[in-house]
Amino acid sequence: MKIKAATTSKKKRYIGLLYISPWIIGFLVFQLYPFVSSFVYSFTDYSITNTPSFLGFKNYISMFKNDDLFYQSLGITIKYVFMSVPMKLAFALLVAMLLNIKLKFVNVFRTVYYLPSILGGSVAVAVLWKFLFMKEGVVNKVLSVLHIPSVDWLGNPSVALFTIGLLTVWQFGSSMVLFLAGLKQIPAELYEAGTVDGASKIRMFFTITIPLLTPIIFFNLIMQMVNAFQDFTGPFVITGGGPLNSTYLYAMKLYDEGFKFYKMGYASALSWILFLLILAFTALTFKSSQSWTHYEDGGDF
Amino acid sequence: MKKEYNIFEKTIMYVLLSAFGIFMIYPLIWLFLSSFKPNNEIFGSVDLLPKNVVWDAFYNGWKGSGQFSFGVFFVNTFELVIPVVVFTLISSTLVAYGFARFKFPLKKILFTLMISTLMLPNAVIIIPRYILFKNFDWLNSYLPFTIPALFACYPFFIFMLVQFFRGLPRDLDESATIDGCNSFTILVRILLPLCKPALFSAGIFQFIWTWNDFFNSMIYINSVKKYTVALGLRMSLDTTTAANWNEIMAMSVIAIIPCVLIFFFAQKYFVEGIATTGIKG
Repeated sequence: MKIKAATTSKKKRYIGLLYISPWIIGFLVFQLYPFVSSFVYSFTDYSITNTPSFLGFKNYISMFKNDDLFYQSLGITIKYVFMSVPMKLAFALLVAMLLNIKLKFVNVFRTVYYLPSILGGSVAVAVLWKFLFMKEGVVNKVLSVLHIPSVDWLGNPSVALFTIGLLTVWQFGSSMVLFLAGLKQIPAELYEAGTVDGASKIRMFFTITIPLLTPIIFFNLIMQMVNAFQDFTGPFVITGGGPLNSTYLYAMKLYDEGFKFYKMGYASALSWILFLLILAFTALTFKSSQSWTHYEDGGDF
Repeated sequence: MKKEYNIFEKTIMYVLLSAFGIFMIYPLIWLFLSSFKPNNEIFGSVDLLPKNVVWDAFYNGWKGSGQFSFGVFFVNTFELVIPVVVFTLISSTLVAYGFARFKFPLKKILFTLMISTLMLPNAVIIIPRYILFKNFDWLNSYLPFTIPALFACYPFFIFMLVQFFRGLPRDLDESATIDGCNSFTILVRILLPLCKPALFSAGIFQFIWTWNDFFNSMIYINSVKKYTVALGLRMSLDTTTAANWNEIMAMSVIAIIPCVLIFFFAQKYFVEGIATTGIKG
């Protein structure tokens, strides 16, 4: 009997591995292998046509030394992330606060505000953005009715990146839903106590709402940042990276080098710089979060 | 915050929320209504409603490249999206069940690895993946989409389902074991019926993401015959002259419709799905 129990428990020990085996294979073949080989390729001149040869750090050196477009795309990508992500989160939080009230039909509004987010990075929405913000597009038409001078939203190099960023901000829905879930967790007693103590609404926002939401702000910040660093469809379809490369985001640079010029070794090196950049910003956010996030359970769970 | 509002305050809130709602979806309404306008009217007037409704844009836009219509692109998209969704659900359920209900060696490390791939940028693995699929001779087919789905390469959904499984009481499993169920029949007969909302939610997300995907489709698919709707739309944008913009708008409307319909019929699952996992989107 004892032996039988031992074998079943041994069998049980491995049955979980059996269930997760599809993921293990998928992870090794479609994630880990590409991850490692892109690192290896980044030190070669790999392209579709030649047999790769080892270059050492040459790709990285020429990237930093001779590639002006690399600096250009890196710079505007960082600018883009720092502009669009905070704007998106601020917007999401504001709307979530508005929706966190007892009203009939609040769910209808939530649905409407969420709608743009499901269309995400689709080509259709990029097309729409192009038509809205063209020189003779609707936005300028509406502005002229209001007697505001029209803006060359997509043709002016100093505005175009902002216009692309607006498309991202428009899709604040999923961050909003997360904030809303977080707001509902905040005990009403805290606000009651605050009111009794004579705190103003604005003061309560900064001393109660924001601190208790910090874990969700943190989560949203990381996820949105990782995504924004890789944005592609919007600028690719709307502006094609122009005017004067002012919307030439890093993902477009990567695409051009890898899939237009087939310089896959060089593109791999580019992708590793992006990866390290994302990693650095995420790590920085993680590190700083220790001083600004507030966990009810002190961070242990 | 939970105090009752008086009628005056309520009215203000409704007006505010409605005004903002209109502002939010105005672009979509404009797109929809403009696709029924003749071309000169789209950018000629600020009126939202078309003066005379015309269907040309849909009729002409639908022709696509001439040789291949949007009908072909739609069939292609479904041929790509449906297997991806089904395979994702099957594989993610098995893997999530494994993580949520069993103890096995290296479980902690493997789970951490799985979670960390959530944040692995697609950009960093795309080039070797492309070369890999090229060597497999999978380019210009839908295999680069369906096979990774079969092998649970979407950690979002695994995580989402793990969270859901953890919420189901283990007593269910134990009593089923006493009744003679093995681990697989427990999953299929006992847990899956309870998982329906989570599976539904994961399926909808995967449908919409795959439907809207552009970058991967553009890289892996190169013959017009196999184009998805997203690729067809981009092709129309490149080839259409400024005189026929309403055709592109009409096709954009059609490309959006499946996602919008699904969203409205299943919005409850959306919100649940996001709230349990904190999915992007």
